[in-house]
Amino acid sequence: MSISKRQFDAVVVGAGGSGLRAALQLAEANLKVAVLSKVFPTRSHTVAAQGGVAASLGNDGEDNWHWHMFDTVKGSDYLGDQDAIEFMCRKANEAVYELEHFGMPFDRTPDGKIYQRPFGGQTRNYGEGPVKRSCAAADRTGHAMLHTLYQRNLRAHTQFFVEWMALDLIRDAAGDVLGVVAMEMETGEVMILQAKATLLATGGAGRIYSASTNAFINTGDGLGMAARAGIPLEDMEFWQFHPTGVAGAGVLITEGVRGEGGFLLNKNGERFMERYAPTVKDLASRDVVSRAMATEIKEGRGAGKDGEYILLKLDHLGAEVIDKRLPGIREIAMKFANVDCTKDPIPVVPTCHYQMGGIPTNIHGQVYVPDAGGEKVVHGLYAAGECSCVSVHGANRLGTNSLLDLLVFGKSAAEQIIRDIGSEKAQKELPKDATDRPLARLARLDSATSGESVAEVGAEMRRTMQLHCGVFRFPDSLAEGVRKMLAVAERVKHTFIKDKSKVFNTARIEALELDNLVETAVASMISAAARQESRGSHDRSDFPNRDDVNWMKHTFWWKEGDRLEYKPVKLKPLTVESFQPKARVY
Amino acid sequence: MADLDRIRWHCRRGLLELDIILERFNRQHLATLTPGQLEQFKELLELDDNHLLDLILGRDTLEQDLLQPMLSMLQAA
Repeated sequence: MSISKRQFDAVVVGAGGSGLRAALQLAEANLKVAVLSKVFPTRSHTVAAQGGVAASLGNDGEDNWHWHMFDTVKGSDYLGDQDAIEFMCRKANEAVYELEHFGMPFDRTPDGKIYQRPFGGQTRNYGEGPVKRSCAAADRTGHAMLHTLYQRNLRAHTQFFVEWMALDLIRDAAGDVLGVVAMEMETGEVMILQAKATLLATGGAGRIYSASTNAFINTGDGLGMAARAGIPLEDMEFWQFHPTGVAGAGVLITEGVRGEGGFLLNKNGERFMERYAPTVKDLASRDVVSRAMATEIKEGRGAGKDGEYILLKLDHLGAEVIDKRLPGIREIAMKFANVDCTKDPIPVVPTCHYQMGGIPTNIHGQVYVPDAGGEKVVHGLYAAGECSCVSVHGANRLGTNSLLDLLVFGKSAAEQIIRDIGSEKAQKELPKDATDRPLARLARLDSATSGESVAEVGAEMRRTMQLHCGVFRFPDSLAEGVRKMLAVAERVKHTFIKDKSKVFNTARIEALELDNLVETAVASMISAAARQESRGSHDRSDFPNRDDVNWMKHTFWWKEGDRLEYKPVKLKPLTVESFQPKARVY
Repeated sequence: MADLDRIRWHCRRGLLELDIILERFNRQHLATLTPGQLEQFKELLELDDNHLLDLILGRDTLEQDLLQPMLSMLQAA
């Protein structure tokens, strides 16, 4: 089979916020840039981001980057690397002003400055009180950002490969990455996109959970490609959950429901939060509520046929209050839970929202592998955004820091690529086996006449993550989860699709996506089972406390042999004093 | 067939809410839509994610009445 080949200076995989930000920088430096995306760029999952971008502009009250840095270090539960956090917080204002100059329609103050609002976890003077740090465009910040960046990319002549799926990285014997092998969905044609630099910007992989707020496209394609190419995944045990997503759907029910007087019930109709948080009850913090819900479900008091969810009751508020104070909730409940919430409770479950771990990168977006206590850069490979782990979010992410992350590190990776490519005149020679792995994956799917159903194995993977590696983790359950997930991974090797057609074959795409999801799921389960402490989003019943002596370190999972390796957290910032670990109380 | 496959992929969106509604709609209706309905559906799929979701959830209304029958089907899905 002859495979066509095209050459670029840089290939960017993914057209969400980080991919578009990077591509813009590259194209404006007159590099030949290709951006691959499974969907039209402005339909990337960044479109779902509502909150805003954190930056200490101080437009309404004093603020500075060092306060922001403190909040981020504390929010990360001291797992974030302080060099990366300093870098991000110092670059925040520039990132926002750049976006403003690109035409981003930020909300404004009466005197024309960017309007800023408070957001959970963002404080003034090292935790003294809330600060107004979030810059937003109504509740459509991600949407506005994507459109702004996409338009700028068109102007800069970025070349888009829309409805293309990257299948695998090309790595030579020296370990250098020389581009990707990708498939055009419309024709099924496979092509080599050779590049001096390859940037992974494929977003999170939240679809490994059965309860997830992530769109269907969030299948961890970059993570899967990296893992198959022999690159470890970092800190994959850390997933941020939201307490109340609609069971079976994942659509979020605002925490405002509990703020307005709604409360949670178990299958016996008991208002169980009274037991876990006697004074604040249902208004306890997210992690306390999530943990209580998970405990009720684990101990057999969940509602539903399989006892798999909790009930959120709000009918006692009355239709009038619901419509006035919680606009849109009735439609959401009806549409996604098939429940009239003025009469019946909404089935809810703690729901996966954001991936803190990912492909290990330094502050210049260069992907590295841990090597004898240091970091060995993978020449030609870069990563940015939710698929990467730099690590600014550590064990938990602060709201509004994710959009900042993708702007700062999208640009930073591009700047590094420009520096690296400047000294490289020619493309390296492709290895003979450049297309072997992806073609073997496709050939297996094309030739298999029987095997496992993609839908069934995928569902088993998501159930296993949800049940055994959810928001609150139990030792026996984690151990069983590892066994089950390894069995799922084995089944994924034998998936089978009936439809062998080439044109927009969704079944084939889903089979290829499952290859990527399962790498993420195995990495997460094994990393979680091994970490014997509770830190940030990783919450274990048997090790309820943070253990800074033994566990202030990053996990690296290698696909080969499911091996784990650890590396100490970087406590030393770039220029300032280190923030020493303290109890994380708000 | 190929056209339906293309439409099915164009129902992959950035917003989970749309993924769910469109998948449900496709399961119920895609195979039996008339050519005219298919054209309307394709036109709605060209809209931005947030705008399309606002329309389906009734937070916004269409500027073009021509697409209303198809939008009503989506709203009922």
